[in-house]
Amino acid sequence: MKIATKTDIVQGFRDGIPIALGYFAVAFSLGIIAKQAGLTAAIGFVSSFFTRASAGEYGVYTLVAAQATYVEIVAMCLVVNLRYMLMSAALSQKIAPGTSWFHRVLMSCCVTDEIFGISIAHKGYCPPAYTYSAALISTLFWASGCAAGIVVGGLLPMNIVAALSVALYGMFLAVIMPPARDDRHVLYAVVASFVLSGTCSIVPVLNSLNSGTRTIVLTILISAVAAWLKPIEVEEEAHG
Amino acid sequence: MDKHTIIICILLGIITTNLIRVVPMLLIKGQIHNRFLRSFLYYVPYVTLAVMTFPSIIETTVSPLSGAVALGVGIVAAWRRMGLFPVAAICCAIVYLMDSL
Repeated sequence: MKIATKTDIVQGFRDGIPIALGYFAVAFSLGIIAKQAGLTAAIGFVSSFFTRASAGEYGVYTLVAAQATYVEIVAMCLVVNLRYMLMSAALSQKIAPGTSWFHRVLMSCCVTDEIFGISIAHKGYCPPAYTYSAALISTLFWASGCAAGIVVGGLLPMNIVAALSVALYGMFLAVIMPPARDDRHVLYAVVASFVLSGTCSIVPVLNSLNSGTRTIVLTILISAVAAWLKPIEVEEEAHG
Repeated sequence: MDKHTIIICILLGIITTNLIRVVPMLLIKGQIHNRFLRSFLYYVPYVTLAVMTFPSIIETTVSPLSGAVALGVGIVAAWRRMGLFPVAAICCAIVYLMDSL
């Protein structure tokens, strides 16, 4: 299989730009927290470039600020980023058979919520070049956003920061709604996710779960129930 | 914390987060044949993104109402397959306008 075609690179870049803009905004607010933890712009850039996990980095920076232990840092990363394990497993099914281990490993390192989302949304097998292209542009903005937040954090008005952070959720919707329109079982799963997630955030006791834990528990629960009630047609899935 | 300790914490974060991503890819060779597992992995991305979108979208904005309107309009725009960037831009514009009023 040819790893890089011009079309894949251009398409990945195009789909990566809205993600990059959303990342910049989110990473910017992350940078404000990183600054409180004592990170310099350079360390923040390197950290964000290689970690690429909003909730995970947020957890690490708050732990650093709280003088936590190394064990706590690792535990936090494991729990908050557990969904990447599920995403990476799902992505393994979207990579053409015969793709080298190098590309499989590199593609899995590109996994973030959004890069995973668009890679999964790619028709047929996902070409590595598409994922790399989108991941590179968005990661550069992510790391720059964090560094910018550390340097000038707090200068932007609140309403602009809030408006920019919503870009990310808009992108999530753009990834999940078209498949929900095509497959009503996906639609039911999405509706159940909204309802249960909303419920968990207001019901006492359940609302004390942090959003990372809530994401893991609900993802496993809802996906397992959906898979049990409405398993996919195996032949159909083999091509897509 | 001193700079040295911060750097160790950051490195631990980088290593842990990327190991989580790489390990399943190394363990799963080729296609999974178990029907339940494949169905489970098919639903995971949509469920995860939906869970992360709501209610966070209404908790991020200055007023919950602007987040709720952005969610509603965003769902309609995404349903009409408007693409990542247009949907994201519409949501941002709504929140900016409503929160600035």
